[in-house]
Amino acid sequence: MAIDSKVVAQVAHLARLKVDESDSGALSDRLNDILAMVDQLQQADVTDVAPMAHPLDVTQPLREDEVSEPNVRDKALDIAPSAEDGCFLVPRVIE
Amino acid sequence: MSNAMHNKTLTELKAGLAAGDFSSRELTEHFLARIQQHDGELNSFISVTAEQALAQADAADTALAAGNGGLLTGLPIAHKDIFCTEGVRTSCGSKMLDSFIAPYTATVVEKMAAEGAVMLGKTNMDEFAMGSSNETSYYGPVKNPWDLERVPGGSSGGAAACLGARLAPGATGTDTGGSIRQPAALNNITGLKPTYGRVSRWGMIAFASSLDQAGPMAQSAEDCALMLQAMAGHDQRDSTSLNEKVDDYLGALNNDISGLTIGIPEEFFPDTLDGAIADNSRAAIRELEKLGANVVSVSLPSIKLSVPAYYVIAPAEASSNLSRFDGVRFGHRCDDPKDLEDLYKRSRSEGFGDEVKRRILVGAYALSAGYYDAYYRRAQQVRRLIRDDFARAFEKVDVLMGPTAPETAFKLGAKKDDPVSMYMADVFTIGVNLAGLPALSMPTGFINGLPTGTQVIGNYFREGQILNVAHKYQQATDWHKQAPAFGGDQ
Repeated sequence: MAIDSKVVAQVAHLARLKVDESDSGALSDRLNDILAMVDQLQQADVTDVAPMAHPLDVTQPLREDEVSEPNVRDKALDIAPSAEDGCFLVPRVIE
Repeated sequence: MSNAMHNKTLTELKAGLAAGDFSSRELTEHFLARIQQHDGELNSFISVTAEQALAQADAADTALAAGNGGLLTGLPIAHKDIFCTEGVRTSCGSKMLDSFIAPYTATVVEKMAAEGAVMLGKTNMDEFAMGSSNETSYYGPVKNPWDLERVPGGSSGGAAACLGARLAPGATGTDTGGSIRQPAALNNITGLKPTYGRVSRWGMIAFASSLDQAGPMAQSAEDCALMLQAMAGHDQRDSTSLNEKVDDYLGALNNDISGLTIGIPEEFFPDTLDGAIADNSRAAIRELEKLGANVVSVSLPSIKLSVPAYYVIAPAEASSNLSRFDGVRFGHRCDDPKDLEDLYKRSRSEGFGDEVKRRILVGAYALSAGYYDAYYRRAQQVRRLIRDDFARAFEKVDVLMGPTAPETAFKLGAKKDDPVSMYMADVFTIGVNLAGLPALSMPTGFINGLPTGTQVIGNYFREGQILNVAHKYQQATDWHKQAPAFGGDQ
């Protein structure tokens, strides 16, 4: 399951990362090193073993359905790179 | 008096404040002066919050004078820069958050402040806590105070180095795969990773949410107990925080340990392990035997797969957690984006460093269609095998012990271009995170002038017991009192 520059480009797009072509070869080598190490997992006998999501098998608790958080819109917009009229500003999406 | 202040433990400083030997302002000014004098070389702090620290110190002095002191009143603490602190830059060691001023404060920081702690500043760390050497920080590597050409470990490298150099008497850290314990070992300090869910993760920037846990770092187990007493507890704002009673950690420190059963996992002493590392940990275990503990051999057969399982689970969770950094709502945004996709891609690529990008890519790959079963599902199955191994061991023993790290601090740059070799620095610590168990690293001697540490692993919610074991050891030995020549002014 070796990763090549083409796979790097696909995965980078999924993760919304830009990878320069000049870095792509070295990056795929590093990723292949990591995956080769990770492939030791294939040795394990996991027949009938349920995947474990929480060490104490705790599930998410439910709380009462009531408003608990204050409105922090202005605080949230204050730290945005670009905001106007109570909205985040991004490049035009719809022409 | 002031020359000796920085060599005192939190517990001793607390007694000094209570006795009126010095004020919190004097104490805080002393540590701020040391940071200013020595941190240029060490680089253990990203931000120093002198003004706020002095205001908190004055408030602490007023509270102490009125007899209203809390657990930590007037004691200076450094927070890892992964904890949100309202009004103070919270960078997580990343260019992505270089200009991020947190709009709220993490529960851990809030709880410690409520007990009167004084915040000195925010410590350096590997970017988004991804690393074992502190070299992935956007703010440059931290140096190890025992040898400035060596790494302090990571990701809580700034916290461990500032404690080792006595630039702060207590610090918070976080541990996803060993990030408290490994740097603790490399800097000759004590650090505890609590049970998963014991300490709130609210306001702690997420790396791998099913593994991340905050904990105390200090000179001694006694100090870690004092800090944990303030940090631990249920928090409704963190849905993974567990509603279990907080034990009296300070009260349990002096419990008799005769009859305690220590398990030695054979997998923690492989044939390939550096003999001197093994010797130091075996000597520490013998010391505890002298205090009445029994030692038995145990086996954790699946733990050999902990590093591979971790490097699927942690990157998978990271790739999801770090998708929030999109250049839209907060954090770095690229200049002149031509469209939304360009905005996302360039903001993220400029904001994240190489190791963070590698882990995001590994995680995205492991979670992608066609590979999910082979990687993520299998890693979660192996995770259960590892947890079950620990559970079987704890049917027979009270604690498990072995070396914290397979080697002493390595040279800066030595593993920088070899991620897999870097990942092996956490070979003895990662299993504990996968199983969600509490574990502590304590100083247990030196090799060629560099510190080594030994890990004490406990069963779920048995932080009190492992602190007790470490405290007893530290009462009988003085490794934890050794300080480096760096920053000395005797």
